[in-house]
Amino acid sequence: MEKIPTLSYIRPFVSTRNACKLCSPLGACIAIKGIEGCVPVIHGSQGCATYIRRYMISHYKEPVDIASSNFSEETTIFGGEANLKTALTNVTNQYQPMAIGVATTCLSETIGEDVASQLSHIRNDSTSSNLPSLFTVSTPSYQGTHMDGFHATVLAVVKNYAKKLPSADKINFFPGFVSPSDIRHIKEIVADFDLTTTILPDYSDTLDNPVWDQYYRVPKGGTPISELEKMGEAYASVELGVFTAVKQGGQNGGTEVSGASWLESEHSVKNHQCLLPIGMSNSDSLFDILSKISGKDIPVKYRMQRGRLLDSYADGHKYIFGKKAVVYGEEDLVLALCSFLDEIGVEVVLAASGANSGKLQKEIIRHCPEHGKTIKVISDSDFEQINEACNTIKPDFLIGNSKGNYIAGNFNIPLIRVGFPIHDRIGGQRITLLGYQGTQELFDKVVNAMIEYKQNNSPIGYKYM
Amino acid sequence: MERIIKERSTQVHTIGTSAHDLDCEKKSLAGSVSQRACVFCGSRVVLYPIADALHLIHGPIGCAAYTWDIRGALSSGPQLHRLSFSTDLRERDVVFGGEPKLYTALTELIEAYKPKAAFVYSTCIVGVIGDDVEAVCRRVSAEQKIDVLPVMAEGFKGTKKDGYKAACDALAKLVGTDNEFQAPPFSINILGDFNLAGELWMLKEYYEKIGINIITCLTGDGRINEIRQAHKASINVVQCSGSMMHLAKEMEEKYGIPFIKVSYFGIEDMADALYEAAGFFKNDEMLQKAKDLVSKEIRTLLPALTPFKEKLQGKKAAIYVGGAFKAISLVKALRLIGMKTVMVGSQTGNKDDYNLLKKLCDEGTIIVDDSNPNELSEFVKEKGVDLFIGGVKERPIAYKLGIGFCDHNHERKEALAGFEGMLNFANEVYASVTSPVWKFFKR
Repeated sequence: MEKIPTLSYIRPFVSTRNACKLCSPLGACIAIKGIEGCVPVIHGSQGCATYIRRYMISHYKEPVDIASSNFSEETTIFGGEANLKTALTNVTNQYQPMAIGVATTCLSETIGEDVASQLSHIRNDSTSSNLPSLFTVSTPSYQGTHMDGFHATVLAVVKNYAKKLPSADKINFFPGFVSPSDIRHIKEIVADFDLTTTILPDYSDTLDNPVWDQYYRVPKGGTPISELEKMGEAYASVELGVFTAVKQGGQNGGTEVSGASWLESEHSVKNHQCLLPIGMSNSDSLFDILSKISGKDIPVKYRMQRGRLLDSYADGHKYIFGKKAVVYGEEDLVLALCSFLDEIGVEVVLAASGANSGKLQKEIIRHCPEHGKTIKVISDSDFEQINEACNTIKPDFLIGNSKGNYIAGNFNIPLIRVGFPIHDRIGGQRITLLGYQGTQELFDKVVNAMIEYKQNNSPIGYKYM
Repeated sequence: MERIIKERSTQVHTIGTSAHDLDCEKKSLAGSVSQRACVFCGSRVVLYPIADALHLIHGPIGCAAYTWDIRGALSSGPQLHRLSFSTDLRERDVVFGGEPKLYTALTELIEAYKPKAAFVYSTCIVGVIGDDVEAVCRRVSAEQKIDVLPVMAEGFKGTKKDGYKAACDALAKLVGTDNEFQAPPFSINILGDFNLAGELWMLKEYYEKIGINIITCLTGDGRINEIRQAHKASINVVQCSGSMMHLAKEMEEKYGIPFIKVSYFGIEDMADALYEAAGFFKNDEMLQKAKDLVSKEIRTLLPALTPFKEKLQGKKAAIYVGGAFKAISLVKALRLIGMKTVMVGSQTGNKDDYNLLKKLCDEGTIIVDDSNPNELSEFVKEKGVDLFIGGVKERPIAYKLGIGFCDHNHERKEALAGFEGMLNFANEVYASVTSPVWKFFKR
C-alpha cells in the first residue's frame, strides 16, 4: 500500500485540494439549530441537506434533522416556490416547529430565487395557515465559507426578530461558532456576573443533548424567539470574534455588517467586541468587558481560575518554549489560537484559513506581539498547501480540526484537536476552549503533547517531573 | 403530529396487515428529511474507490468537502482517490462561466499527480451556468493523452440511483478499451464491491481457492487499466445490484457477458455466491472446491458464532440501509445469530427487492422505502428493537433511545463480508446489544 501522494515541491494551483473550509449553508444550519424550536430547510437539492446532516452528525453525535426543498429538473427550470411550500408544509406537520429557517444554496441562488418574496406568498396563501414563524438567509456556497453562512444567519435572525420593545434588563451575547460546551461555559460566566443574557445562537443543548427517554423530533433548547425580539432594547452586546461581519449588497461594494454591529447602528445597542477568549489576555479582555457592563468585580471563582492558569503557565512554559506550531481553521479561531500560542512562547510558523477576508495577517500581527511579524499567513488555503508547507517549516505540532490528522501522520507529530469538525474522536462538542477554564484545558493538552512526544522519543524514563 | 406524512403512507408496509403494495423508486418528498443524498453522491461513492484516477469535482466547495476520503475503500497500491479535488467555483466563475477554471484545474492536476485517467463530476450549478464540461474534458484528454471522463451528476437531476447510472456510464466508456489483454480461463469481474475495510481481498482469496480469476472489481481497489480489460470476463458477478445493474446490463448487451446477482453478507449468501460462479462454469472440480471451502469455513465459523447466538437469541433488530438487496442478506445473517428483524427498509430498493423481503420476513415486520428520522424513530420504539443496523445518519437515532447499533454503511471500518466478515458482524452486534451501558437507560 502506497502513501497518499504528496508533492515534494510547491507550485500554484487554481483548484482546491483537500478543502480547509466548508460551504455556506452548513454554517447557516448550525446557527439555525441555535434557535428554539427551529428546523432548518435547505432550498436546493436533497444532497445538500443530507451531506450537511451527515457532516454535523459525525461531529456532534446527535440527531440533526435538516429538511430540503428537494429540487428536480422542473424546479430548476420553473422555480422552487411550489417545492418550498411543500417542504414547509411537511416540516410543519411532522415537526410542529416554532420557526423554520430557510437557507439558500448555490443552485437556488444561481437560478435567481427570491426566497423572501416566496415566503411571503406562501405565508399569504390560505392553504398554509398553520405555518410557524419563517425567515430566510442567502447562503450561496460560491461565496465565502461556512463562517459567512453562520454570521449571515445570525444577522438575518437579528434583522428578522429584533424589535424596539420596552427595555428588558438584558445584554446580547454573540459567541460566534464555538462548541456547545463553550456556550454552556459562557452562560455560566455571564450568570456569575448577574447578567441576564440572550445568547445567539445557543445550540448548547440542541447539538449536545442528554440521552432521551422519548424521541424529540425537535430537540429542546435554543434561543427563544421571544428573547430574540428583545435584542433591540438590550443595553449592550458582547460579540466574540472580529471576522463576524458579512457583506451586504448595494452600490460601491456595499457594507459589512454583523448581527451585533447592526443592532448598534439600528437600535443603538452598544457593541463590545473582543477576540474569542482563548488565552490569558483574550480572556482578560472578555472578563473586563463583562465587569464593565455589569458594574461588578470579576467573581472570585474566575480570579482563582485565572491564578491557576497563570500558575500552570509557570509549571509548563519550558516544555513548549520555541516549539513550532501550525494553526488552521476559521479565521477567528486561528487568530485567537495564534494569540494564545504567542503568549505562552510557542512560535506559530504557519497560520492558514480557507477563508479570505483579507484581514487575517493584519490582525495576527496586531495580536501576537512576540512572533506576529514572522508568522506565515495563508488565506484561501487548503490542506495540501499546509501539508506541502510543512515540508520546509518542520513544525512540532498542529492545532486545528480533525481533518489535518493525515498531515500530522505524515510528519509524525501530534495534532491538538480543536474546533469543527472532530470526526475521528468522540467529544468534539464537549471541548471547551474559552475563558480561563477552556484555556487551562488547552494549555495542558499542548504541554502534555510536547512532553509525550519527547518521552516517546527519549531513553529517559520521565517517571518524575 | 403526523406519524407518517400522508403522501408517504404507501411507502410503508406492514407484512400481514397492509392492504397496499409497497410503493418505491419515487423521488423524495420535499420537507420529508429523506436519508438519501443526491445524484452527485450516487456517482461519487461508486467511482471513489478507483485509486489511480483523478477525481475532480466541478462546482462550489461543498460537494468536494463533504466527500473527501469518505469511504473506507482500501487500495493495495495508489492512494490518489483519497485526495479531494475541487474547482471551488466562486461568484465570478458563476457569472462568467467555470470552463476556464475547469480547464486550468484539470491541466495542473494531471501534470502534478499523473493519474491514469480523470473523472470530472458536474455538480448542480454547472449546467445552469452553461459550462460545456464534455468539451473541456475532450480538449484536456487530447492535450494530456489520458481519458478524461465527464460524470454528469447534477444533484437535482434525479435521485442517488441516477448517480449510480452516471457512474456506470463513465465506466462503460473505459470498459473494452484494452483488447490486447488475454484473460485466463474462468475469469470474472466483481461489480459492486468497494473493498470496504479490505473485504474484496477476502473475497478474492475465496475465488482464487476455487480456481476463479478476477479481472477487475468495479470499483473496489479499482485500477483504470484493469477496468479497460473487464470485457474479457466470462461473467459479471454483481454484488451491490442497485449501483451496478446498469453496467452489468450494458456489458451483457455490448459484449454478451451474462451476469448473476449475489450477496457476500452472511454464510448462506456467501456460499451461494461461490456455488453460483462454479455452477456457471459447469466445472465439477471447481464446484467441489467451493463445497470444500464452504464446509471448512462453516466448521470453524458455526462454533465461533454459538456464544454470540446464545446471548442474542430472540433479540429484535431494525435495518435501514442504502440498497434493499443488502437488507435481504442482513435479515438472513441476523437469523443465523438468533435475531429477528422487525423493521427493514432502504433508501433505493426496488419492487423485486421489497417483494423478496416480504417473503423472507415474519408477519408484523414493517418494510419501509425512503424513510426519515421521524418514521425510523417511531418504528424502532414501537417495535422495541435491541439493535439498529444503518449508517452514520441512523446512529444517533439508536443511541438517543438507548438501542445498540451496527454500522453497515459504506463508511464502515469493519470488514463484514464473507465468512470472516460474518464473525466480525456477530461480534459487533454482540458488543453493542449486550453492552452494560444500556442498563442506565430507560427503555
